[in-house]
Amino acid sequence: MPETVISARNLDLTFETNDGPVHALKDITLDIAEGEFISLIGPSGCGKTTLLRVIADLEKPTGGTMSVNGMTPGQARLARAYGYVFQQAALLPWRTIEKNVGLPLEVMGLDAATRKSRIASNLELVNLAGFEKKFPWQLSGGMQQRASIARALAVEPAMLLMDEPFGALDEIVRDHLNEQLLKLWAKTKKTVVFVTHSIPEAVFLSTRIVVMSPRPGRIHEIIECDLGADRSLDIRETPEFLKIAHQVREGLKAGHSYDE
Amino acid sequence: MSERGFIQDRLVPVGSILMVILVIWYIAAYAMNAPFQRDFDRRTDVTRTGTEFLLATMSQPKPTMPAPHQVAENLWKNTLTVKPWSKRSLVYHSWITLSATLLGFAMGTALGVAIAIGIVHIPALDRSLLPWIITSQTIPILAVAPMIIVLLSAIGVTGLLPKALISTYLSFFPVAVGMVKGLRSPDILHLDLMRTYSATKLQLLWKLRIPASVPFFFTSMKVAIAASLIGAIVGELPTGAVAGIGSKLLAGSYYSQTIDIFAALIAGSIVAIMLVSFVDILGRFVNARMGAKQS
Repeated sequence: MPETVISARNLDLTFETNDGPVHALKDITLDIAEGEFISLIGPSGCGKTTLLRVIADLEKPTGGTMSVNGMTPGQARLARAYGYVFQQAALLPWRTIEKNVGLPLEVMGLDAATRKSRIASNLELVNLAGFEKKFPWQLSGGMQQRASIARALAVEPAMLLMDEPFGALDEIVRDHLNEQLLKLWAKTKKTVVFVTHSIPEAVFLSTRIVVMSPRPGRIHEIIECDLGADRSLDIRETPEFLKIAHQVREGLKAGHSYDE
Repeated sequence: MSERGFIQDRLVPVGSILMVILVIWYIAAYAMNAPFQRDFDRRTDVTRTGTEFLLATMSQPKPTMPAPHQVAENLWKNTLTVKPWSKRSLVYHSWITLSATLLGFAMGTALGVAIAIGIVHIPALDRSLLPWIITSQTIPILAVAPMIIVLLSAIGVTGLLPKALISTYLSFFPVAVGMVKGLRSPDILHLDLMRTYSATKLQLLWKLRIPASVPFFFTSMKVAIAASLIGAIVGELPTGAVAGIGSKLLAGSYYSQTIDIFAALIAGSIVAIMLVSFVDILGRFVNARMGAKQS
């Protein structure tokens, strides 16, 4: 039995805004085991990004407990337990691609030789070898996002937290990156928590899909989804795939995600 | 930029304005010098034709308004025909002012950056210091400059430093304000990113805030270096300084040497243009090295 690495118990988070309190997360209880690929899916405002940010210690919950690797999220962040991939690539425009990938390594205080080898191997992993000296603006959106994934992987974290990493990309690039990400996951055996609002993306990538519903953000349903190793994009035409996709859509519907 | 592009985009517009200024200047010189010339001619009983009269207004030894060519001649004589280190040379006087400008600018920039870093990191400074900094710039420098000079000379500090301090006073402000903006310019996304790395405040400053502020830094330095020059010239006025562009302005007004005043003004402008251009070129170079898209 794989170990539980992320554990949320009755998590609550309320933002105080000028228009009164916003209940972003309500009573979230979720266990994520090592090596799982978990997708958080739901409409805007369902708290999926907020939940990811709580795991990353970018937001503080107002109730309940969250533990990451048996520690508080803050301790886990200091222990560099995760790599975070944002919706935008968030590369620093004044750094070349290799310097961008090296940024977290500089912050960690690694020596130049280690940095160099990690930069090279991770750029290789995301098929960006040869682009080391380019500045971000010289790369396409998809390549920039791949560079930001290489940057997250360079930390060599046991888990990857990804916040709609392909949301801003066109569908062709997104398909391609989904396939690459799956291969990467199979190769590295990392735990991945992946926020998305695309049903096909969630079904294609995940081992479990957490369907969330809005106002207040809560977990509506958790759907098991293991389509087996070595799946290719073609699997999206199979009845098994369509069945799970249908189940997710029904879950979203029941959670009032399609209400106005 | 191609050569043709440079001529069309820069030289033609700037040259046109220069021509307009010269025409207005000549007309003004005629209009302002004519009454004296008329008076003088009546007293000395000279009659001139219209053209002769026009030429006479353009060649008075102490005109109310010197004509452009008189100023140009004076500039030429006092820069190229005398040794640069002679007391008559405008190069010598410009250098005296320039050295105070550069020292004051260096101190002002360092002070401005230090204040900005403090304001960005310490909320109490943000609330307490900024109003005072803004107030400091509302005090007329012409009122403050003599006090600084007199106070410092009372404790035995004379020469370059008092003038440089006035430059510092004028130049730290644009740098401080620009750098506060620049150090706060990184977006939330990048701040979140650094937080996921558990970066220290020093790392955040060094790897994110300072690089992000570089374009702001050069923009504010362009303003600051011009202000520094003004500060140095103003600093030369109340001391009865014997050297520097300010002293040339002062001496010119004592002896009604209007041509000298204008020549010193032009010399000051040339120094200012050179300083601002230098900062501009340096800024472009640094931005290009930092991967800015060529525009």
